Order: sequence, then structure tokens, then C-alpha cells
Amino acid sequence: MNIAAAIDSVPPEALPSASETGPAPKRVVVAYGFWILLLSDIVMFAALFASYAILVRATAGGPTGAQLFNQTTVAIETACLLVSSYTCGLMSLAVNSRNRLGTYLGALVTFALGATFLTLELREFADMIAHGATPQRSAFLSAFFTLVGCHGLHVALGLIWLVVMMVQVAVMGFVDSVQHRLLCFSLFWHALDIVWVGVFTVVYLMGISL
Amino acid sequence: MNLLGKLDWSAIPLHQPIVMAATAFMALVVVAVLGFITMKGAWPYLWREWLTSVDHKRIGVMYCILALVMLLRGFSDAIMMRAQQAVAAGGAQGYLPTEHFDQIFSAHGTIMIFFMAMPFVVGLMNFAVPLQLGIRDVAFPTLNSVSFWLTAAGALLINVSLAVGEFSKAGWWGYPPLSELQYSPGVGVDYYLWSLQISGLGTLLSGINFVTTILKMRAPGMSYMRMPVFCWTSLATNLLIVAAFPVLTAALAMLLLDRYLGFHFFTNEAGGNQMLYANLFWVWGHPEVYILILPAFGVFSEVIATFSGKPLFGYRSMVVATMAICILSFFVWLHHFFTMGASANVNGFFGVMSMIIALPTGVKIYNWLFTMYGGRVRLTVPVLWTVGFMVTFVIGGMTGVLHAVPPVSFQLHNSVFLIAHFHNVIIGGVLFGAMAGYTYWFPKAFGFALDERWGKASFWCWFVGFYLAFMPLYLLGLMGMTRRMQHYDDPAWQPWLVVAMIGAVVILGGIICQIVQLVVSIRARDKLRVTADPWNGRTLEWATASPPPAWNFSSAPNVTGRDAFWTSKRRDRARQDRPGSAHVYEPIEMPKNSATGFVSAFFAVLIGFSMIWHIWWLACVGLFGAFATLLAFAFRRHPEFEVPAKQIAQFERAQSAGAAA
Repeated sequence: MNIAAAIDSVPPEALPSASETGPAPKRVVVAYGFWILLLSDIVMFAALFASYAILVRATAGGPTGAQLFNQTTVAIETACLLVSSYTCGLMSLAVNSRNRLGTYLGALVTFALGATFLTLELREFADMIAHGATPQRSAFLSAFFTLVGCHGLHVALGLIWLVVMMVQVAVMGFVDSVQHRLLCFSLFWHALDIVWVGVFTVVYLMGISL
Repeated sequence: MNLLGKLDWSAIPLHQPIVMAATAFMALVVVAVLGFITMKGAWPYLWREWLTSVDHKRIGVMYCILALVMLLRGFSDAIMMRAQQAVAAGGAQGYLPTEHFDQIFSAHGTIMIFFMAMPFVVGLMNFAVPLQLGIRDVAFPTLNSVSFWLTAAGALLINVSLAVGEFSKAGWWGYPPLSELQYSPGVGVDYYLWSLQISGLGTLLSGINFVTTILKMRAPGMSYMRMPVFCWTSLATNLLIVAAFPVLTAALAMLLLDRYLGFHFFTNEAGGNQMLYANLFWVWGHPEVYILILPAFGVFSEVIATFSGKPLFGYRSMVVATMAICILSFFVWLHHFFTMGASANVNGFFGVMSMIIALPTGVKIYNWLFTMYGGRVRLTVPVLWTVGFMVTFVIGGMTGVLHAVPPVSFQLHNSVFLIAHFHNVIIGGVLFGAMAGYTYWFPKAFGFALDERWGKASFWCWFVGFYLAFMPLYLLGLMGMTRRMQHYDDPAWQPWLVVAMIGAVVILGGIICQIVQLVVSIRARDKLRVTADPWNGRTLEWATASPPPAWNFSSAPNVTGRDAFWTSKRRDRARQDRPGSAHVYEPIEMPKNSATGFVSAFFAVLIGFSMIWHIWWLACVGLFGAFATLLAFAFRRHPEFEVPAKQIAQFERAQSAGAAA
């Protein structure tokens, strides 16, 4: 049945206003609450971005971003993360059609891409530290490691979450609560992409000119 | 490698008799309370009905109890400072050494803001918002319990600092570089940071919960413009929590990184920038004062409309003013440090914005006055608090507008004039509002009212005590006295500080009256028993029994207009056909109790304490425990149970039988 057409045939004054319909269904409430959580997380990132922008020139005679950043690694990292968002979307489709195999497969590829991203980032960090560019070296590096590291920490938590979710799918099946959580996970994963686009632009692209 | 990190016997301040006496007193009270519970065999009841409860009403009550207990703790600090400044004139040093005095003013501010005012307003919102919206619980009941217990965990840590180690000496904002490791090498600042991080997480989660609840869970027919004003102000407050608390989390996290891992965000060397902290702190801090005051405004709106027997004057303008404050509050933070050295234009912008934000508040004051005008005002205790607020808050607001003028602010910066101003708005606004709400909703929560006479005595003590305690500080500020002085040279200040001390004693009288009021009311509870609607209320919380059943409303209310309960009362009276016992009830799904909140707070305390004392292995245990708790919660099979229709019908029959008798 075409729902849109069915609603169109009702005179508008017979429908209650959208704000008068009573409590929303659980799925909507959960996703909405999670959105608010993500917004608050993005506000926290905004504070970290602002601090980075304030401290980016405070290198205290130490290395600058232009000297440290390896654009190739960052490009690969970015590609990994963006593609993982796509595979996460495929996983959501599989969840919607209750397809276990598709869900596992989507989760596996997403996990692999996320893990690759994290490995590359940690190698980048290790490399910088080996060259004396530690977070203790200057305020700029403190801000850099905190901002980028905080995003990395989110990715790591996301990977743990993904593993837990796959166990839940295996043990509990596609019950409502598991579906809600998988929905929240995909929101989380996409939000991390958005933050990364910010990191990529503000830290790495704008960093070349400093 | 020491298994206990920095912790050893020297952490107990045995050489400080005042601290040890306070510790002994606190320990005695705790032991007495725990002993009393054990003697009464009340642990199973307490565990089942309160500690693991996910009922928003119970959680709200627990928040308010936490706030009242912390009010005692914060007030003890206050009266100690007043006593010190009343005697430490000329060459005298008073009875508090500098080290101790600095900890006291830091603890006083931290406790009063984070563990008294915050839990009080969050508690009132928890109790009243779902009832006013006509729903069964908040959006995420278990998360609500987690929020409360994390707040309690933070409060516990801050009180542990009295006995084990020390508290911060860097003031309640913890400005670097003073709060950096170089100048504060002890554990005091770490206690401050970890307790705020833990309770801040709780507050953030509760903000998310309430935004979702108010925007997505209202009763059928409850459109936005039919919500009670308290729900509107709660919405604004929780939006501010969601938008502001993450900034505090980030700022405190950076300070933690500086202190624990040698980062250079705010240090003197390697390019650190102290004003970055000040800016981040107040980007949270100024919205925070509106987070506190907006729910109080909501309480006053409910109280004044109910006891004037009239609909609130200018509902729409009230809503607009509330949301305007919500947005404008993010554009004024720089007025906390006009002396930073920003350009005249920047200071000018923030000065103008700070003046503009006074306008919506003025609108509200007029709305309350016009609500009373032409109404039959009943001068009950909540109304006394409200009228006391209106008089006091106007003075506080006007001295606030003075501060918005940058050149004036340069003169008054860090003086006790400022102290007088913000106590004028926090006590006269937030605390009076919390007290009004406490008296107003107490009968709903427990089924009996608070004693009127002791309530009035308490109000008058607080009211007079406040003026005695803080008006002298305005004068002293103009005379040049700066804040946080352990002693001072100018003997001309002393008489005023003695008056302020007397004011604090009068406030103490108010607090004692409140304790007596509670005891007297509990003992005379059978005489003070009330019906569902003791005040002739207007909003939905008065439509259900006092105390309400766990499921709040036996059948979902259907809202047809503003002041939903008032309109339905009018309609019923006109029709003379109240639906009686013939009503058919449906079974109700309710969330099961959960120990998740209590257990995760236990691990949070473990993490906080072990991080403060550098006991790394224990911190790992705590982290693992918290994660395991989360997993256990995620794998629960049946989080809900069904209340059978028969039980609901029985409850309703008993209620109407009670009302008839």
C-alpha cells in the first residue's frame, strides 16, 4: 500500500499536529537520544579543534606540521575510513533485511578498514615520537596528539563496540534492542567520518602551509 | 614500584586538628546512618526500592537528598570562611591557616555549584517533568539511574578528599598555571578534576535523557505550546547541558593531560596558553549559571500561577524569553575576564551581549508580577520563596548589569562586590527556587505536606540572613576588598565582615528550621496527609495520586489545552460525570530495576580514586569493571515487566475510596 497516498486522502485538519501524537516509538526515541549524544560529542571535538587552532603556531621552536605530516599516509587513512563508512552502510542494509551473513560480512570489512586506519595512525604517531615530536615537546604537539588521538580513541571504541554487536547478533539474533544498537553504531561510525573530514582539513591540509 | 601509588599514611592530615575534627564528625554521621539502616534491617528494602530503582520520581528524590546533604557540607565551609574573615583583621591570622582556608573556598564553590545546585535542579526536573508531560518515565530510565549514581560518585570523591589527602587550593575554576603540577603538586587538583569529570558525565547523560524525553515523549495532545513552563525551562536547561558540558569535559581533560602526561596546553613553558583554559571554562561556565537558574524560573512560574489561581501571564513571551536566554547565554562568557586584554571591540561586544541577556529575564519578572496582579494570591511557603526571589533577584540582576560595562568590570574584577553579586543571584534565584520547588512538590512525592510554620520561619531566616551576609560585601567590594583573603590589614573592613558573619549565623538558623520542619512533618504526617491535588494545581502532576504509583498515570492523559489538569477539572465540574470505577485499565509495561547505575558508579569511584593516587593497576581494574557492567547491561534479556491491569484497577479503587473518605 502506498502510505503517502493514503495520508494524502485524509483532510489535513483531521490529522493531529505532529507534536500532539503522544510518545514516539522506541526506535525513534533511541535513535534521537543517540543523535543528541553524538551532537554533544561533536561539541567536545569543537573545543579540541578550537584549542588546536589557538595552539597551532605555538611550536616552541619544535617541529611544525609541515615538517611532520606525511600526506600519503593521511590519504590512505582517509580512504580507509570513508570506504568503511560505505561498508557500514551496506551492513545496515543487511541488518534491515535480517541477513546474518551479509551483516557479518559488512561488519568484517568495516572492522578491517577501521583497524587499518588505526594501525596507520598509530604508526604515524610512533614515527613522530621516534623523531622527538612528542606531545610534551610543544603546545602545538599537545593539541595535535589530543585532537587526532581523541578521534583515534573513538575509532578504537567503535571497533570494540562492533565486535560486541556481532556477538549480540550471534547470541540474541535481530531482536529489537540489537537492531536499535546497530542503528546507533552506524550513526556513530558516520559521525566519526564527519569529524575526520574536519581533522583532515584543519590539521593536515591546512597544516602544509604552516 | 609501590602497589598503592602515592597513597600512604601521610595522606591522613593528622596534624590539622580542624580537618580531623570535621573528618571525625563526618565519619560519625556516616556510621550512625549506616548503623541505623542496619539496625532497622532496611538494607533489602533500600536496595530494592531506592538504590536500584529506575523510577524517575525516586531518582529525583535521591538527587534532592544528595543536594540537601551537600548544602550542609558547603554551608559549613561558608560559615568557617565568614568566621575567619570576621576575626582575621589587622595583624590577626584567625584560626584557619592559609593552606586550609584555600582548600575551604575551593571546596565551597565546587560543592555548592556541582553537588548542591546541580543535583537540586536536576532532581526537581527528574521528579516533575515526566509527571507534567503526562508520561510513565523518562526516555532512558536505566541511564537516568546511571546519571544519578555518577553524580553521587563525584560527590563521594570530593568528600573523601577531606579525610584522605587534600582538596584543591586553586579555586572552584582551577585556573592554570596555579592548578598545574608545577604549582599544585599535591592531589588536591586531581580530586577536583576527577570528581568533576565523573559527575559531569552523569550530568551530560541526564541532559541527553531529558532533551529526548521532552521532545519525543509527551502525552497525546501535549503540543509544544501546551507544555507547562517548567518543562520549557527544563528543555532549555538540558539543551544547554548538552551543548556546554562537553566543553568543560574537554578543558578538564586537557588539564589532566598536562598534569599526568606532561602536555603543554596551559603551562608557562613550551607555548602553553592559560587564557585558553579560562575561555573554555567560561564557555561552559556562563551557560552553567543559566542551566541552574532556568529550572528555578520554571518553578516560580508554576508556583505563582497555581497560588494566584490564574493562568500564567504571557505564556508565549515566557517561552520566547526562556529560549532567548538559552541561545544568548553562549555569547557572554568573556565578561568573566574583561581584564584578559582583548581589544575594546571584543570587550564591547560581550558587554553589550551581557546587557541584552538581562532583557528576557526582565520580561519574566513582569510576567510573574502580572500573574499575581488581580489574582487571589495565597501566601504559602512556596509563594514566600517566590516573592523573596523576585525582590532579591532584581537587585542581583542589576548589579550584574553593572558588571557588563567593561570599565566598571575592570574596577570590580575579583572584588567581593562580585562575590555579593553572584551569591545574590545564586542564593536569591537558584536556591530560593529549589526551596520553593521542594516545598511545592513535597506533598506530591510523599503524600503529606511540609509543616507551614517552620517553613515560614526557615524562609524568613534565609531571607534576612542573606541580606545581612551579602549586602556588606557590596560595600566592602567598593572599598577595595578582594575575594579569597585569609587575612587583611584594613581594620575598617572588620565591622562589615562581622555583620556578614551574623548573616551567616541567621542563615544557619534557616537551615536548622528546615531540618526541624522535615522532622516535625514526618512525625505529624498523618495529620498533614494530602489528596492528589492539595494546592488546586493546574498541571498534570496533580492529576495523579500523591504519591503517584510507579506507573504515574493509570491511563494516559489526553491533553486538550494549556494547564491540562485545570481545564479537565473545569470540564468535569461542568459535566458532573467523573469516570468512576467502571473504567477499564490496560496492563502497563514498566522498566525493571537495575543495579547498573550503582555498580558503574562504584567502578567510577574506583577509577577516580586510583587515578588521583596513581594506583594504575586499580584504575585498570575499575575500567574493566565498568566495561563488564556495560556488557552485562547490554546482554539483559527481559528489561521490562508488565503491571497487570487488575493491580492498576485495585490501586485506582483504593485511591478513590481514600478520596471519598
